[in-house]
Amino acid sequence: MKLWKSLLAATAVAAVTIANPAQAEDKRIALVVKALGIGFFEAAAKGAEEAAKELGDVEIIYTGPTDTTAEGQIEVINALIAQKVDAIAISANDQDALVPALKKAMDRGITVISWDSGVAPEGRQLHLNPSSNPLIGNMIIKLAADHLPDGGDVAVLSASATATNQNIWIEEMNKVKDNYPGINVVATVYGDDLADKSYREAQGLMQTYPDLKAIIAPTSVGIVAAAQAVSDAEKAGQINVTGLGLPSEMAGHIETGASKSFAIWNPIDLGYSATMLAYNLSTGKAEAAPGAEIEMGRMGTLTLNDSNEGAMADPFVYDSSNIDDFKDIF
Amino acid sequence: MSVTAQDTGSAGRQIPDRLKSPMQRFLGSWELLLLGVAVAVFILNSFASPYFLDPWNLSDATFNFTEKAMIAFAMALLIISGEIDLSVASIIALASTAMGFAVQMGADTPMLILIGLGVGLACGAFNGALVTGLGLPSIVVTIGTMSLFRGISYIVLGDKAYTGYPSDFAFFGQGYVWWVISFEFLLFALVAIVFAVILHRTNFGRAVYVIGNNPVGALFSGIRVTRVKFALFLLTGLMSGVAAICLTSRLGATRPSIAFGWELEVVTMVVLGGVSILGGSGSIPGVVIAAFVMGMVTFGFGLLNVPGIVMSIFIGLLLIGVIALPRIARRILAKRKA
Repeated sequence: MKLWKSLLAATAVAAVTIANPAQAEDKRIALVVKALGIGFFEAAAKGAEEAAKELGDVEIIYTGPTDTTAEGQIEVINALIAQKVDAIAISANDQDALVPALKKAMDRGITVISWDSGVAPEGRQLHLNPSSNPLIGNMIIKLAADHLPDGGDVAVLSASATATNQNIWIEEMNKVKDNYPGINVVATVYGDDLADKSYREAQGLMQTYPDLKAIIAPTSVGIVAAAQAVSDAEKAGQINVTGLGLPSEMAGHIETGASKSFAIWNPIDLGYSATMLAYNLSTGKAEAAPGAEIEMGRMGTLTLNDSNEGAMADPFVYDSSNIDDFKDIF
Repeated sequence: MSVTAQDTGSAGRQIPDRLKSPMQRFLGSWELLLLGVAVAVFILNSFASPYFLDPWNLSDATFNFTEKAMIAFAMALLIISGEIDLSVASIIALASTAMGFAVQMGADTPMLILIGLGVGLACGAFNGALVTGLGLPSIVVTIGTMSLFRGISYIVLGDKAYTGYPSDFAFFGQGYVWWVISFEFLLFALVAIVFAVILHRTNFGRAVYVIGNNPVGALFSGIRVTRVKFALFLLTGLMSGVAAICLTSRLGATRPSIAFGWELEVVTMVVLGGVSILGGSGSIPGVVIAAFVMGMVTFGFGLLNVPGIVMSIFIGLLLIGVIALPRIARRILAKRKA
């Protein structure tokens, strides 16, 4: 009977250590992520805790399934509904399949918002995008221009010619490029989000345009490949590779100087903003409606569009001053 | 349940058909042990969380296991007969994809039900034909069809989803029959009764046990082994189709990753329910209790916001513990006697 007893004991211990009854007046906000154990989301949880500390009367429940399935998230949502939490802020594994469960949550008076990865409009009150296409388009050319005070030739290394996201960002970039005088976009090439093809395209750019000063790669595969190509050609410092990338993959290239800076969403800010929004909606300080402006603490305000979506901020810039803090996160 | 004939020691006029009375058998049974675990989990949960003992919450909790349990009943019969089907979750994916496709073609709810059940049956027949017709080992066949069925869903859907199911279709996964009793729970109860009758009260059920204990012996006793096995694969496919209808209705959407990883949860439920993985023994009441135990453990932990990975660890320990316990007890008893 020893095993039986230890099983019971294990349950009891789990129950005691984990049951952490909140004070009745605390707002309980659940941050539901795609799956636990992913650096990006752990960082978002850090941001949520920061917001909770700032607000004072908030308890964060950081939770999610073991693997990235809609069914797993529905089980989590059901458990949260049962606990009568005040708000659910979710990064969805499936924008449609979660709708019935989240509708049920809203029917029972729970504030529901989505962030990062959205839910269909009928399943949430608002959706928080980390950034917006115009902001990203502006940011990628600004990153290049910031390090070229005298102007110069820059080229774009994109994913595939049919990649929707990249095409929109490049289009947005072209709309604002007149704001950066002296910056000439000389070419756009496609690496198809394949490391070796992107590498060869970057080599080709360096040969075709000897005066090239910067390569803008708005793709996490392309930016790493281009930085590698620049390093291998021993042109680090002469050609600046920038665009959108992941800190963990770019840390080495920031160190060698092949990339002076790049951008991507900051998960800490994202978790922080999601918590602030959930709090403001659930306390009735704000209402989610098209055109509404909702406070997000230190991140400013979120303006909602016709489908109750809003963009948090410019993509966050990573350079040698902060890369070490983020390279282990995502 | 293998009962060996023994000399009763008496005058030998009468050989009892059971060595122990039903009461005695129940007291020493797996089902009683499981029932103990279930009661313990229930009591611990109600102490650990103030939200557990709420009729609506308990009703929500049943959705964590009803669909898997319906497959588990058919799987129990299959495992008792000495076979296994690891493609059940992929059958759900394929059946759900077929239903989603039909919706785009304008099918109504009765048509969707027929398609869900039909695809389930067809997949079961495919598995059954490969195993019984070609004599291939079921574990190999169904590992293959596990990739095949879900692969078709991925080819059809890619990264897209089928939505737009008719509103009356939502009843199967989201509807309530009476107060907190959901349609799914009622269906689960009915299916449990049907399978209990099939396994424990019919000749077919006896044949399943006999095949699991000794397939060659069964063949020589005049049991149509291949026919019974084929029927069991059909049944498992059919129940996967039923689960696909319920799950699709509950989600209101189909993606190729639907029900991913469920095959192992179903097998866990069956084994936890006391069905021997080697075949030959087990019961439906055991599987019913195991379904409740797993459902309550995951829901109870969910209420305490225990991370999912801890839940998996606990279910794993529970499985090993509950299976090891009777063996350890038997070994200790044997030592004492000696």
